[in-house]
Formats: sequence, structure tokens, C-alpha cells
Amino acid sequence: MLQVSIYRYNPESDAEPYMQDVQVDTGGKDLMVLDVMEMIKAQDTSFVYRRSCREGVCGSDGVNINGLNGLACITPLSDRVRDNKLVLRPLPGLPVIRDLVVDMSMFYAQYEKVQPYLQNDTPAPAIERLQSPEEREKLDGLYECILCACCSTSCPSFWWNPDRFIGPAGLLQAYRFLADSRDTATEERLAKLDDPFSVFRCHGIQACVNVCPKGLNPTRAIGHIRNMLLTRAT
Amino acid sequence: MVTAITSMGRSGLHDWLMQRVSAVIILAYVLYVGGVVASGVDYASWKALYSQTWMRIFSLLALLSFGAHAWVGLWSVFTDYLTERMLGAVGDKLRFLAQALSAVIMFTYIVWGIQILWGL
Repeated sequence: MLQVSIYRYNPESDAEPYMQDVQVDTGGKDLMVLDVMEMIKAQDTSFVYRRSCREGVCGSDGVNINGLNGLACITPLSDRVRDNKLVLRPLPGLPVIRDLVVDMSMFYAQYEKVQPYLQNDTPAPAIERLQSPEEREKLDGLYECILCACCSTSCPSFWWNPDRFIGPAGLLQAYRFLADSRDTATEERLAKLDDPFSVFRCHGIQACVNVCPKGLNPTRAIGHIRNMLLTRAT
Repeated sequence: MVTAITSMGRSGLHDWLMQRVSAVIILAYVLYVGGVVASGVDYASWKALYSQTWMRIFSLLALLSFGAHAWVGLWSVFTDYLTERMLGAVGDKLRFLAQALSAVIMFTYIVWGIQILWGL
């Protein structure tokens, strides 16, 4: 029997959050963490979490698994479970709505700040704006982000200043559009990132890189932004 | 609210660059003085070293770098932990106090350092 400890909080009935111990019979199989959560929910329907695609595409089920953020649906028990113990907590740093469900408003507000859409006011060509294969290659490792918030909620700088530091997820997207050959708003984008908080709260500890379920590297993208700001200013 | 008005240069890039450049200067100074000390010094050679103008300039540069480096670094620490978000309403007052205190300390060190270097 797998010993599971889950974070429970229902603001309507609980004065404060508590950890609940549950036992789950995995039948000795190396299940995904989400499978275990589904089994717990079958026993106790009041247990709440987000999930949707169950294959690491939608980014709904980001949770803190044995102290490390990850997508429950693509994290096998063998990856995290030590001494037969599994601890599930909500993503750290964001307000908890109930059980493992967090309020992602602050995370989305930072994403919105970087204007994550292509900006180009030049007249559109008849068919499409072409890119060379080399220009397209620059977007690899950037566009794959699914906004699960595993990175930003494992970043201490985002915990302390979630209202001013854009965070790894937002900055990865900021660079995705800075690096796009079709985007013409580079100067305006960079001008908004020069303050002491938006980008420069990153101290390069790479907690974001450590947890990204898609294997992306926000720290590297932030380094590119910093170099662009430096080139622009000198 | 945490704002940028007390940061060193108001620009993140400025502070970031200042932090790196001052770190290199401090490192160079520590390595040089460390090397001198390791190779053995007595009062006469120490006094001779510090009576040269270039050494006084190098020392003052290291001292000013130390002040700037500390300001940028401590500003980051204070705006992380001494905030309304972390401590409630008292956070902003505590942060201002901590910043004012560290500014006075740094200013004192710099003036005192000049006094020592030039034997005023």
C-alpha cells in the first residue's frame, strides 16, 4: 500500500489547511501520480484538483509532488516516491482555492504583461509572412510552453514579488516574441522590461529549468533577454 | 508597496551591470591584497605599498565598488523579505529603515576609508 499524504483545504468548512493521510493500493504498478489522485477521488469525492487531457499537453494538473513541482499525469511514481511515501501539495506561492486547486490570476497577469502575441503593423503580404528555417529554429524551446505554472511557482523570486517579477513562464514567452523575426515591436517590448523587477529579479538559480515538464529552459531565455537589453543600451 | 525608487540606478540593467563590474573589481583587489599578504609583509612594506597613489586609487575603487555592490545586493534582499506581502503593514517601514541604516553604514565606511587611505 502506497502511503499518500494530501493537502486538504475547503474554505467553507476548514479553518485552516491540513494534511490527510490516505492509503492507496497501486497493485505494485508504476502508475502516474494522476492515477493515484483518481484512485483517492474514487474513495473520497470531496478531494479536488484540476486535470484535463491526462497526457501532459493541457497543463492543468501541475502540483507539488514530494516537494518538486510537476504534471501529475506524466510523472511516474518511480520518479518521486521514496520510502513508499507520496506527498501532494498545491503549487507553492499562489493562493489556494480548495485542496490542490490554486488561483492562477497572478500568474496569468504576468503572462498578459508581456503581450504574448505577434505584433506587426506593416501591411500583410498576400499569402503569409515568411520565415527562413534558421529564423524559425530560434523559436524552438520557446513555443512549446503549456503554461502549467510549474516553473514560476517553484521560483523564490516569483514567490516574493509575484506582482512585479514576470516569472520564468512569462519571460520565456517574452523572449519567444522578441526572437520572432516577424514581430516588429522588439523595441517597445524591451523598453517595458528594463525596470529592476520584471526581468532582473531572476538570479539564475534555475529552479524553473529543474521542474519544467516540457524540458524547456527559461533561464537561458532570460539570459537572451538580458543580452538584448545590454546591446540595446550600449 | 515595493517600488524601484530606492534601487541604485532605477534600471534593472544598470544595477545588474553595476553588480557584475563591482564584483570583478572587488575580486581583483582581494586577490591582489591576498597575494601581497601571503607573500609576507611587515609594517614598512605595507606602509610603502599604501603610500603609492595607484594603490590608494585601487583601494578607493574597491571600496566604492564594495558600497555599490552592497547597495544593489541588499536592495534585492530587502525588497524580497521586508515587504508588506511578507510582514504586513510594518514591512514597508522596516524596509525603509533597513535601507537607511545600510546607507549610513556604507557612507561611513567610504568616508572613513578615504581618511585612512590618505592619512587625513
